Amino acid sequence: MSEQAQPVCARGLVKRYSEVLAVDHIDLNVRAGDVYGFLGPNGAGKTTTLRMALGLIMPTEGSVELFGRDPIREGARALQGVAGFVEAPRFYPYLTARKNLELLAALDGDGARGRIEEVLDVVELSPRAKHRVGGYSHGMRQRLGIAAALLRRPRLLILDEPATGLDPAGMRDMRELIRRLAGEGITVLLSSHQLPEVQELCDRVAIVDRGRVVYEGALADLRRQGGAGYRLRTTDDARALAIAREQAGIERASGGEHGLTFDAQEQHVAALSLALARSGIGVLALTPELATLEDLFFRLTEGGLGAAGAGAGAGLGEELAGRPDGRPRTPAGALEIG
Amino acid sequence: MSSAALTPPAAAIPAVARFRRPSVLTIYRWELRKLVAQKRTYLGLGLIVLIPLVFVIVENIHQRAHRGGESVFAQEITQSGLATPVLMLTFLVLFMLPLVAALVAGDIVANEDGNGTLKTILTRSVDRGQVFAAKALAAMTYAAAAVFVSAAVATIGGVASWGFHSLTSLSGTVVSAPEALLLVFASNAVYLIPLLAVASVGLLLSATTRNSAAAVVGTIGLVILLYIVSGIPGLEGIRPYLLTQQFEAWQGLLRTPTDWSPIVHSAWLCALYAVPSLFAAYLVLLRRDVAGG
Repeated sequence: MSEQAQPVCARGLVKRYSEVLAVDHIDLNVRAGDVYGFLGPNGAGKTTTLRMALGLIMPTEGSVELFGRDPIREGARALQGVAGFVEAPRFYPYLTARKNLELLAALDGDGARGRIEEVLDVVELSPRAKHRVGGYSHGMRQRLGIAAALLRRPRLLILDEPATGLDPAGMRDMRELIRRLAGEGITVLLSSHQLPEVQELCDRVAIVDRGRVVYEGALADLRRQGGAGYRLRTTDDARALAIAREQAGIERASGGEHGLTFDAQEQHVAALSLALARSGIGVLALTPELATLEDLFFRLTEGGLGAAGAGAGAGLGEELAGRPDGRPRTPAGALEIG
Repeated sequence: MSSAALTPPAAAIPAVARFRRPSVLTIYRWELRKLVAQKRTYLGLGLIVLIPLVFVIVENIHQRAHRGGESVFAQEITQSGLATPVLMLTFLVLFMLPLVAALVAGDIVANEDGNGTLKTILTRSVDRGQVFAAKALAAMTYAAAAVFVSAAVATIGGVASWGFHSLTSLSGTVVSAPEALLLVFASNAVYLIPLLAVASVGLLLSATTRNSAAAVVGTIGLVILLYIVSGIPGLEGIRPYLLTQQFEAWQGLLRTPTDWSPIVHSAWLCALYAVPSLFAAYLVLLRRDVAGG
């Protein structure tokens, strides 16, 4: 395992099932310390990509390396320091939770057996450890899946929809655990449909749609890219709107009951505020409105403005519309295409 | 959920940690534990324990003076308890023991694939080849256990009912009781050779079909097909090469002098069935996508 090697580096991953192209030349770059969100609609190819990353299925083309090792060519050796689960974690229903963990610890070696009590405590399953997994609820199995992953003392944790099926308290606990694990230095690759969860936990994301990466990069960059929108309240909104419409760099200015909204780069906002001041209009509030991840997700995966509508972040919709194939342009440091 | 320190500090993690794979023996032990924990395991074993017991009980209730036209061991059933396991072997070899062996061999990969636990174990520190080897060993251990448990129950039941006496061999010579006991278990060991070939076919079907029922039924279907083929007039020439014909090779041990030729023939012929099946199953498991569950 190379110290410098990226936790996950996928290049040109393709998976084809006869006529169906499930994954279409996906590149992923998960760096050490990332909490990396892997987002996409159902059937976008997320789980297939994770299966390839764990060596469970063979890529049709391309390769994936975990800490510089290819799980297809090197098998279990490439999974050293890697743990997680794809889809729901699965266990032997006729064995107790502790027996399941003992089995997995035996398959891990490296003193994993000695950590069973510890990981059961972490996921708060110690009181139910003697019960057969067949009687466990979905949430308990998810927690047991996390426990099984932690047995391996991973440096990279791959979690596929870990909060699916959990109640709100379970989801909160899962988020808290992931945050703490990330705080301990574990790199986390998190596939999720829970956009607020990703927004809260992840610093970098890849968004996939129809087997392709439509965005990969920092979540903050994506939100900046998607939403240079502002909301303005002044002492005279009607005149302010007229001035804004005249001002260079101010786009999509529109008035409303609670002031006006517009899109602009920062330097143009500064110019607008000076113009308003020169006209004797006082600024009561000027607030940037970043697009939510949900807005951006739908715009990227549905190829239009989607739920975001006009106003905040409309620029990304134009980015998408800027190419004949509907895929985003790639200005420096902004949108990339897998 | 709480979080203790589950990972060593980054500085404590060696950049190139020594990778130590668990041994096949470790995985094999866990395969056996899984078998022990499943009800299905006892269904098969229960059947092959029940049949000799029922036989002994019925024979005790309805003792018949004359057994004209029956095999030498059937005629001898009340003369020596050691005739019982031999007679049971004659009956059980046809379908029951192949069925019991197929129950586990056909299920051992497909069941895990269907339940998704195959991907659970393949994301640990074990390679597919190791998992396959452990599963194949476990399936064959189960087949061996079925044969010898059946023999032990029949022997104990027979000896308890009719005593530990000498036995007449297929050649008509009298074999002392201790030697007969040895021959009984050696016969079961020889029968195990074709049964392991059946288990190998079951493993292949288990790995390829990914469906337990299909693999079990397919294995037994093959046995039935071979029986049918062996009964078709005009196909006598291929009969010695059918797997089902090898189910009777053990009888060579019960002749005086011992007839080794069917046993040797059975050994190499069964290897021709078993080795390609196992190799193909291994390749299938090695190369296939594991996405079940």
